[in-house]
Amino acid sequence: MKGTDNRCGGIKAFWRAVWEKDESDSQPEILKLEREYIPDEHAILKHRRDHDRMIEKTYDIEHNRIYGFFRRFYRVAGLLCAMALILILLVQVSYLPPVGNSHNPGSNEVAAKYIEDGLQDTGAVNIVTGMILDYRAFDTFGESNVLFIATCTVLILLRNDKKKGKDSAEEEEKRDSYYEPKNDVILQTITGVLVPIIFIFGIYVILNGHLSPGGGFSGGAIIGAGLILYLNAFGFKKTERFFTEKTYKWVSFSALTFYCLAKSYSFYTGAHHLESGIPLGKAGAIISSGLILPLNICVGMVVACTMYAFFALFRKGGF
Amino acid sequence: MKIFEYMLLAFLVLCAVSVSFSRNLLNSILIFMSFSLIMSIMWILLQSPDLAITEAAVGAGVTTILFFATLKKIHAMDEEKDQDETESRRKEK
Repeated sequence: MKGTDNRCGGIKAFWRAVWEKDESDSQPEILKLEREYIPDEHAILKHRRDHDRMIEKTYDIEHNRIYGFFRRFYRVAGLLCAMALILILLVQVSYLPPVGNSHNPGSNEVAAKYIEDGLQDTGAVNIVTGMILDYRAFDTFGESNVLFIATCTVLILLRNDKKKGKDSAEEEEKRDSYYEPKNDVILQTITGVLVPIIFIFGIYVILNGHLSPGGGFSGGAIIGAGLILYLNAFGFKKTERFFTEKTYKWVSFSALTFYCLAKSYSFYTGAHHLESGIPLGKAGAIISSGLILPLNICVGMVVACTMYAFFALFRKGGF
Repeated sequence: MKIFEYMLLAFLVLCAVSVSFSRNLLNSILIFMSFSLIMSIMWILLQSPDLAITEAAVGAGVTTILFFATLKKIHAMDEEKDQDETESRRKEK
């Protein structure tokens, strides 16, 4: 590991030196390499000559008929494919029903049912939330899982496998966030004022998801953005006090499990025409509309943690 | 109000075209962010405040920050600084 690091550093230094030499050719700088590199000039020249000859032979349009043919063929084929795609799409557009027609497949009895019976069935004043988390709760469950799986994929791609506690000063210096301004007074003061307001707004949006515009996803995204702002102002050391990888795992796991169990229960009772026993409450009150409020909180927690986890992974490769 | 809407729509098209034609990646991201902000105003005008909140938080906020972090990781933002430094060094000489 150490050897490869050294070699990479050497190569980087070499290219940097070459580049700077090109930039300032008036004063050629002497390259300082760790090991002296003696090039075998004869072999290099021979290799280059062979390479040039092969390239000339391959890309000679007059003699290499196949190359010339394919060069023309690809252009024509690309043009034909694009034209065919445009033609197919235009023909499809002509078969679409006219906009605003009452016999369109979009305006069937489902939309009317949602609008008429939505308040009675779900108890949510905000019909959009009632639709997302009651009529089509299964879709939302899939979406939350998609977010979780996306985080897992990012974790696989960007994870830093170094163990914690091994962070010596040298490694700290290597990290690209080392040279950033730390303890920036302007950023910290403004963050101290803004972040509580952002959090309260996010919590408000989540808790009032069934009454006013918003819901789990929007509120969670707002809280996640606030967390990212806090992280940028105060650094990882402060956020690690309340948010670690373990927190993320447990919050995501428990929220998704609760969502799954709650919705399984209501699907089971609904499919067997049983009374679910969940009171819908008085429409317009905060604690109403049955399962929608806890489900909103679950989705909000998953989304907020995912947003923060994305940023932490991109920034540092860990939490 | 109609004129305001048309102005926003024209600006949307302008942003969408200029994102793809901008050479500087940083500029592209900033234009993309303004696209998202205008889009969230458009959602409010289309009477869909749910989407407006989400668009402002995700499109203009989190996505842009993730793009910035990626640019930083691939050292696309350092390039200009390096160029500036070499130019200033050349001037000194």
